[in-house]
Amino acid sequence: MSGVRVLVGTRKGAFILTSDGKRDRWEIEGPHFGGWEMYHLKGSPADPNRLYASQGTGWFGQLIQRSSDGGKTWEPVDNKFVYDGTPGTHLWYDGTPHPWEFKRVWHLEPSLSDPDTVYAGVEDAAMFRTTDGGRSWHELPGLRNHGTGSKWQPGAGGLCLHTILIDPSNPKRIFIAISAAGAFRTDDGGETWKPINQGLFSKYIPEPTAEVGHCVHRLAMHRSRPNTLFMQKHWDVMRTDDGGESWQKISGNLPTDFGFVIDVHTHEPETIYVVPIKSDSEHYPPDGKLRVYRSRSGGNEWEPLTKGLPQNDCYVNVLRDAMSVDALDSCGIYFGTTGGQVYGSADAGNTWKPIAEHLPAVLSVEAQTLS
Amino acid sequence: MNVRVELPAHLRTLARVADEVAVDVAGAVTVGAVLDALERDYPVLCGTIRDHITHKRRPFIRFFACEEDLSLEPPDTALPEAVALGAEPFLVVGALAGG
Repeated sequence: MSGVRVLVGTRKGAFILTSDGKRDRWEIEGPHFGGWEMYHLKGSPADPNRLYASQGTGWFGQLIQRSSDGGKTWEPVDNKFVYDGTPGTHLWYDGTPHPWEFKRVWHLEPSLSDPDTVYAGVEDAAMFRTTDGGRSWHELPGLRNHGTGSKWQPGAGGLCLHTILIDPSNPKRIFIAISAAGAFRTDDGGETWKPINQGLFSKYIPEPTAEVGHCVHRLAMHRSRPNTLFMQKHWDVMRTDDGGESWQKISGNLPTDFGFVIDVHTHEPETIYVVPIKSDSEHYPPDGKLRVYRSRSGGNEWEPLTKGLPQNDCYVNVLRDAMSVDALDSCGIYFGTTGGQVYGSADAGNTWKPIAEHLPAVLSVEAQTLS
Repeated sequence: MNVRVELPAHLRTLARVADEVAVDVAGAVTVGAVLDALERDYPVLCGTIRDHITHKRRPFIRFFACEEDLSLEPPDTALPEAVALGAEPFLVVGALAGG
């Protein structure tokens, strides 16, 4: 019997939501690590019971937890994230040089084939890797040191590396994104990197078409088309079909093209989802209506999905790591809000319902399809 | 010397202890030596009280002993005799702040 496990990271602990393949009734287990900020949890594609979790607080710093039984029990692994060599400086908010300082792990991306290999995206922006199940972490310094690192500047949420996408057809090709530096690609497993921001236009930076400096909020990829990426930027929804060499705007008829999340339908590589958010400073849905927008044409033409979502007096946000899809037929899609709701759709977004309603503010959502 | 250490609740959970812990400190009983012994016996606490490399105290952590605030003292500061003899605990305290 197939099923789904949804890993939810919140400001005050982690929760695991489970359902059978119908995705009608859900059980909520948790909180795990109550009181701690859980920025991200993710399972290994090679062993779904192997989970990794980023645990932290401003008081006690960063920890990494690992589970080998699907989240029933956890063990802390290494939490030492030390930049390679002398880390140097990036730019601070006021444009002055600022030393690189490790703050937290935003995102954990397990290898597609090895449960012991995991990539970690951290703040201040850098990428680390473990190949021993989290017992030790080592930086891939080629990212920070490829040449533009000293020009990177934090977004309002910090200088965070928040997205890691591994090409299923070539695991040495990895795409990452940093707020507010932009998108980057390696073709050699993380040794060397290049900025891939051609075509982005950010009117809020001194050079709107600069090589780096763009506040990319999220990237998404369909596993069958690894050269096509979708991007939710601070403003603008974008796509590339050449591995990031050039980007085109696909915001089309969205009510606002600001937002944080973006994801792709598991079985339809041209069906994508975003949640438009009012900005620059409000960061809640326009008109108090929580609407997921779906494009079945790879962008530009969008339809609002509202059935089961609050359509009045709703002023929550949906943060960048808080949307995920399952692999069942039909595709399930899930997202969490800063109001503590997790919404799920078992029919590719046509209808929604809350599968958890009263959690702490949701930071991340990851769906696992279980066989 | 067997030194008693009282930890904040979250660190007790991490260390999987219900109450205060006792650590064996060889040589002078200083702030740094007690923290070394604590991290030796409970490696999960490495990085949660002080930085892994610099050993700088985390900003929202403070150290007390016998009603003295030792947070700003250097790591080689000797702890009061009552702590060294196990009569009083060394307190690791998380700041009462935040939401």
